[in-house]
Amino acid sequence: MRKFYVAIATVLAFVVVLASEISEVKIGAGWEMTGPIAGFGQMSWDGVKLAMKLRPTVRIGNKDVPVKVVLLDNKGDKAEAANVVKRLIDVEKVVTILGPCTSSCALAAGAIAEQKQVPMVTNTATNPLVTQNRRFIFRACFIDPMQGELLAKFAWEQLGSRNVAIMVDVAQDYVVGLANYFKRKFAQLGGKFFEEYYNTGDQDFTAQLTDALSKKPDTIFLPGYYSEIALICKQARELGFKGNFLAGDGADAPELIQIGGKFVEGLYYTTYFHQDADLSPATKPFVEAYIKEYNRRPDAFGALAFDAYNLVLDAIERAQSIDPVAIRDALAATKDFQGVGGSITYPEGSGDPVKPAVINTVKNGQFILMTVVRP
Amino acid sequence: MTGAPAKGGFSKIGGDSLNLSGFLQHLVNAVSLGGIYALIAIGYTMVYGILRLINFAHGDVFTYGIYFAFYGVVLFLMPWWIAFVFSIFLTAFLGAFIERIAYRPLRNAPRISALITAIGVSFFLQNFAVVVFGGRAKSFNPQTGIYPTSFLNMINIGNVRIPILTFITIGIVFVALILLMWIVYRTKIGMAMRAISKDIPTTRLMGVNADRVISFTFMLGSGLAAIGGILWAMKYPQVYPYTGMIPGLKAFIAAVVGGIGSIQGAMVGGFILGISEIMIVAFVPSLAGYRDAFAYAILLFVLLVKPTGILGVEVSEKV
Repeated sequence: MRKFYVAIATVLAFVVVLASEISEVKIGAGWEMTGPIAGFGQMSWDGVKLAMKLRPTVRIGNKDVPVKVVLLDNKGDKAEAANVVKRLIDVEKVVTILGPCTSSCALAAGAIAEQKQVPMVTNTATNPLVTQNRRFIFRACFIDPMQGELLAKFAWEQLGSRNVAIMVDVAQDYVVGLANYFKRKFAQLGGKFFEEYYNTGDQDFTAQLTDALSKKPDTIFLPGYYSEIALICKQARELGFKGNFLAGDGADAPELIQIGGKFVEGLYYTTYFHQDADLSPATKPFVEAYIKEYNRRPDAFGALAFDAYNLVLDAIERAQSIDPVAIRDALAATKDFQGVGGSITYPEGSGDPVKPAVINTVKNGQFILMTVVRP
Repeated sequence: MTGAPAKGGFSKIGGDSLNLSGFLQHLVNAVSLGGIYALIAIGYTMVYGILRLINFAHGDVFTYGIYFAFYGVVLFLMPWWIAFVFSIFLTAFLGAFIERIAYRPLRNAPRISALITAIGVSFFLQNFAVVVFGGRAKSFNPQTGIYPTSFLNMINIGNVRIPILTFITIGIVFVALILLMWIVYRTKIGMAMRAISKDIPTTRLMGVNADRVISFTFMLGSGLAAIGGILWAMKYPQVYPYTGMIPGLKAFIAAVVGGIGSIQGAMVGGFILGISEIMIVAFVPSLAGYRDAFAYAILLFVLLVKPTGILGVEVSEKV
């Protein structure tokens, strides 16, 4: 009998939702707009702004409903990231959330979204824990086990690295995770490595680097974020280091070159996107639209934020509803979504797509594409 | 996990870098970090000395010093040395301006009100910088033409590499110290400063314009913060609205360690903090991630064991 009532209630709710005209779809965005990694949030937001311009409405029923994105700043802080999601859901009443960029923020934010049963799509949080055991959290990027392996293989085969210094930010889940996946693969290949530690926001690394250089590494692996990477590269070169620098997607911001200057020349890093990489049929039109809009080259964070926005809009159209749970189910069923950073399909019961990666390098103050690695 | 992680780990005390040249390199690193802490700490200590106010906005004044120098070159196309001098003066006036609107109205209020106001001013300055200058980091890299690249040259002595900037920093610290000692102990305004630090109303009765002397003190402290800021940004070539937060806190610790209120103490404290921060990493590399915590531990230790600091004088009734 109870089941019957539930069924009736569901149908009624459906009718009510359909009957009450949906006048607007409100999506929340919580990104790192200020603070030491503000570049990530700003680039992501530029991507979403372009996506909104190209696709301002979503088709529900036979009506084009305008989409509104409410942006809040989490300052790159874990506690703020959780507050932002709470506020987006409780006060702004958003039906889905985009962001944040970093894994630590996405872990904190995701806990709230999961508990309140509102789907969240992070564009670039790569730590596997972000989506693990969570039904409502999805991502538009690859995950770190794959990235770490790729980096280790690249270091071993292409750079010929045999003794690697790893600079680990002890406060960032992303950094600790990526360093671990790198170590696992690199040890398997037979390489030697050692770690030096720092904390988010540190600016002086001379002590760690002096210690590291005394162990004569041929490569320094920097699984951190661009502002620290730029400073570490500068200080390492000043202390006389002549080997290679290698980094993950955290390096991918124009500030890396602006701050690091000649010191980051020749740095290699893996990321999700490069404008010259042919990742999907959607890549080229996006690059053209982006250059037309902003008059500069598109970046990986903006590209994946662009994908996250369209991913959510597609899910809403398939669900034909703005009920968060219905959107979640539609998101989970995503198949062959043609994103600008490659196609996205969510495997059964997982929010992690399998995606290509690109390896870039810094040359003459530009990010240059080296190779595309397909899964 | 298979494979052979190299040496390291908690069990091992002493990094591999602790041979003679490694140690000397650490010492150079430490002194160049400590010198900048010392410059900022002097500003803290001067304001505390005269008003018994911990000016928590000092770290943000430091940030603005960097921004002024940056925009002087980038926006107003000044030669770098004019931009740096311009920034020092502008930051000095900013310090005096903050004192005028935020602290002077509270001159007779309880000390805690002024302290809370200082924290408020700090937040305001940070968020104002986010709005006006933007949240993304600006590059203070000489390649963008802000200042000559020769500032970043290194001198090699044996295996030890010493940045030219370190010599400049230490030179500035000592010049600043001598200049300040001269001002405080040999000039009329210095005498007024010392008098005000003892008793403001009585000093006023002697015909001294106390407000002007206090403004002057803020200008001196803020100007030094700007110098520290510019040196900091040359060493770590970026500036964003929260740049000054951590260096500001560290300088505060340095000022307390040295004995807050004492100018020589601030300098000594700055170097002690710089040296201990680097040496903790040199001796126990696995603790490097907790360097800041170590700085706070030093603060707690000093407050417990010798609250007046190394060169501080015992005073009654101070909080």
